[in-house]
Amino acid sequence: MASSANKNINAKLVLLGDVGAGKSSLVLRFVKGQFVEFQESTIGAAFFSQTVAVNDATVKFEIWDTAGQERYHSLAPMYYRGAAAAIIVYDITNQASFDRAKKWVQELQAQGNPNMVMALAGNKADMLDGRAVAPEDAQTYAQENGLFFLETSAKTAANVNEIFYEIAKRLPRLQQTPNPSGMVLVDRPTERANSASCCS
Amino acid sequence: MDEEYDVIVLGTGLKECILSGLLSVDGLKVLHMDRNDYYGGESTSLNLIQLWKRFRGSDKPPAQLGASRDYNVDMIPKYIMANGALVRVLIHTDVTKYLSFKAVDGSFVYNKGKIHKVPATDMEALKSPLMGIFEKRRARKFFIYVQDYKENDPKTHEGMNLTRVTTKELIAKYGLDDNTVDFIGHALALHRDDNYLNEPALDTVKRMKLYAESLARFAGGSPYIYPLYGLGELPQAFARLSAVYGGTYMLNKPECKVEFDEEGKVCGVTSEGETAKSKKVVCDPSYLPNKVRKVGKVARAIAIMSHPIPNTNDSNSAQVILPQKQLGRKSDMYLFCCSYSHNVAPKGKYIAFVSTEAETDNPQSELKPGIDLLGPVDEIFFETYDRFEPVNEPALDNCFISTSYDATTHFESTVDDVLNMYTLITGKVLDLNVDLSAASAAEE
Ligand SMILES: Cc1cc2nc3c(=O)[nH]c(=O)nc-3n(C[C@H](O)[C@H](O)[C@H](O)COP(=O)(O)OP(=O)(O)OC[C@H]3O[C@@H](n4cnc5c(N)ncnc54)[C@H](O)[C@@H]3O)c2cc1C
Ligand SMILES: Nc1nc2c(ncn2[C@@H]2O[C@H](COP(=O)(O)OP(=O)(O)O)[C@@H](O)[C@H]2O)c(=O)[nH]1
Ligand SMILES: [Mg+2]
Repeated sequence: MASSANKNINAKLVLLGDVGAGKSSLVLRFVKGQFVEFQESTIGAAFFSQTVAVNDATVKFEIWDTAGQERYHSLAPMYYRGAAAAIIVYDITNQASFDRAKKWVQELQAQGNPNMVMALAGNKADMLDGRAVAPEDAQTYAQENGLFFLETSAKTAANVNEIFYEIAKRLPRLQQTPNPSGMVLVDRPTERANSASCCS
Repeated sequence: MDEEYDVIVLGTGLKECILSGLLSVDGLKVLHMDRNDYYGGESTSLNLIQLWKRFRGSDKPPAQLGASRDYNVDMIPKYIMANGALVRVLIHTDVTKYLSFKAVDGSFVYNKGKIHKVPATDMEALKSPLMGIFEKRRARKFFIYVQDYKENDPKTHEGMNLTRVTTKELIAKYGLDDNTVDFIGHALALHRDDNYLNEPALDTVKRMKLYAESLARFAGGSPYIYPLYGLGELPQAFARLSAVYGGTYMLNKPECKVEFDEEGKVCGVTSEGETAKSKKVVCDPSYLPNKVRKVGKVARAIAIMSHPIPNTNDSNSAQVILPQKQLGRKSDMYLFCCSYSHNVAPKGKYIAFVSTEAETDNPQSELKPGIDLLGPVDEIFFETYDRFEPVNEPALDNCFISTSYDATTHFESTVDDVLNMYTLITGKVLDLNVDLSAASAAEE
C-alpha cells in the first residue's frame, strides 16, 4: 500500500503478463541498467526496490516479479495484495500475449486495489519487423480500461525509465492506508524500531 | 510437466509449502501441485462467497455483512507465538519480507465461569483477580523463580534438578492451589492435558518463559502475533519462496495420482494424462488416503459477529483458552477472535472460532460452553473434520506425508512435523538458531 510521509512514498509494484513478454527484463533494465539476451530466470531474485524522484515526491518502488508462478496460472492472491501499481506486459510481436494481457487486467480489476495505477507495456518495441500488435489497438484498449500505455524495450532501454516515472507521477499523493499498517519481522538489528508504537 | 523432478509436493497447505520452500532453497528441483485452484488446502483463508459456498451451498451471502473480499476467514485458525518456532522459520527463510504482522490484543483464560486476562509475570500475578491475596504472593514467587531460571546456570536452580523433579513437585514447593496450576499449565504453558504434572518440570518452565518472553517482545496484550489478511498468507509466502528458488507451481490439477514401481517405491505423479517423474513425493494425507489412519476429529464453530468476544476488554483480536477441567472435558477448548484490525473482516465485524477435539457423537453440543461466551452472532457455521497421521514407512516407499492440523495443534507441532519431514527427506538437520534478539519489528 502506498503510504506517504514527507512526500516519501512507498509503493508496491507488481508485474504481470505472459511468460516471455519481458517482465523480468524490464525490471532488470530499470533496477540494474542491464539486459541479457537469453537469460534463464534468475534464481533467488524476485524482489527489488528502486527509488524514483519526481517533482514533488520520492517514490520507493518495491517491485515484485512473478517468480514464474504465472506460467501455470498459479500466482497467489498475496501477489496483488496491497499493490499500489501494476505493469501489465505483452510482447508486441505476439498477439496472444496481448490477448492474455487483457485477462491480467481483468484479474487485477477483480482482485486488486481499486485505486491501483495500471500501466500497459508493449515490450520488445525494438523488434519492429515482427510486430503483431498495432499500437493503436493497445492505446484504445488502455484508454477504455483506465490504463496508460507505452511501448517499451528492455533491450534498448526505450521508455523503461519513463514508464516507472509516469507511474510515480500518477500515484496518489495522500493515499490513505485502509488500516494502520502492520509490522515486518526483520532479522537486522539496524532496522530495529521501537515496535510498541506500531502494533496497537 | 513430463519431466523429472527431485521432489514432487502435493497440496499447498502450510506444511507442504514450508517444505517446498526449504527444498527449493537447497537447490532441489521441485514440482508443487494442488488439486484446488487456490493456495492453502486445509489451511487456506476464505472470503465471504467462498465461505457461503462451503457451508451454505449458495454463493449469495447476506448483503449486510459487507463486501466478500474484505473477509479472510482462516480454516485453521491459530496465533503465532512471537518468539516461537514458526517465527524462527520465517526469519531463517527470509519470507518475513512478504508478510506483515500485528500483535494480538489479548490472551485470556476461562476460570470458574468467567474470562480472565492470563497473568504472565510476577507483577501481573499480583494484580490478577484469578487468585486470592495469599495465593497471589505464592504465585508471584513461582513466577520470579521461572523468570530467573537459566538452564545453564545452576545458581538459579535453587537446588532442584528440573530434568528429574516433576512439575507437580515443583509446584508443591510453592504451595499453589489447583486453580492456579490449571491456568499456568493450560493458558501459559499451553499444555493440552494434565500429563505434564507428572513429567519433568523443565519443559513447563521453558514454556512459561517462552510465553513471558514473547509477551515482552512487542509490548502488546498477548504473546501472539498474527499476519494481516489471515493465516492463508503463510502458505502463499512459502510458495513464493519456493518459486523464487526455481520451484514450479501448478494449481487446479485434478487427480494427482501417485505412481509406484514394482517395489512399491514412488516413481511419479500423474495428472490429466501426463506423468511427472520423481523418486520422492511429499504430500498431505488427502493425496495418499491408503497410507494414513484416522486419529481424531476436530469440532469447530465459526461465527461472524458485530462485537468482540464479551469480557475481553473489547479486544479486536483475542484468544481464550478453556482448560479441560473447567468444562469437565478431556481436551481444552479454544476461542479465537480477529477482525478488521488484522484485515480479516470489514470494519465493525468480528470473526470468532470455537474449537476442540470431539469427544462424543454430538460434537456440535460439545462446543456450547464456548459458543455461550460469544454473545449474539450474525451467522454461525458448524463443522467437524477428521485428523489423519501417516502409517507408511518413508524409507520403503519414499512418500513423506504430513499429519493433519488439529484443533489443539498450534504452530510448534506444525513446525516440529515439518522439521522431522525435512530430515527424513534430505538426511539433514535444519539449523533454526536465528538471532531472535536481533529480530524485531520494523514498521512498514
Ligand atoms: C483456535 C485456537 C486453537 C488453539 N489450539 C491450541 C492447542 O490446541 N494447543 C495449544 O497448545 N495452543 C493452542 N492455541 C494457542 C496458540 O495457537 C498456540 O499457543 C500458539 O499458536 C503457539 O504458537 P507458536 O507455535 O508460534 O509458538 P510455540 O513455540 O508453539 O509456543 C508454544 C510453546 O508451548 C509449547 N506447546 C504448547 N502446546 C503444545 C503442545 N500441544 N504440544 C507441544 N508443545 C506445546 C511449545 O513447545 C512451545 O514451547 C490455540 C489458539 C487458538 C486461537
Ligand atoms: N528483443 C527484445 N528481447 C527482449 C526484450 N525484453 C525481453 N526480451 C527477451 O525475451 C525473453 C523473455 O524475457 P523475460 O524477461 O524472461 O520475460 P518474462 O517471462 O516476462 O519475465 C528473454 O530472452 C529476453 O532476453 C526486449 O525489449 N527486446
Ligand atoms: Mg520472468
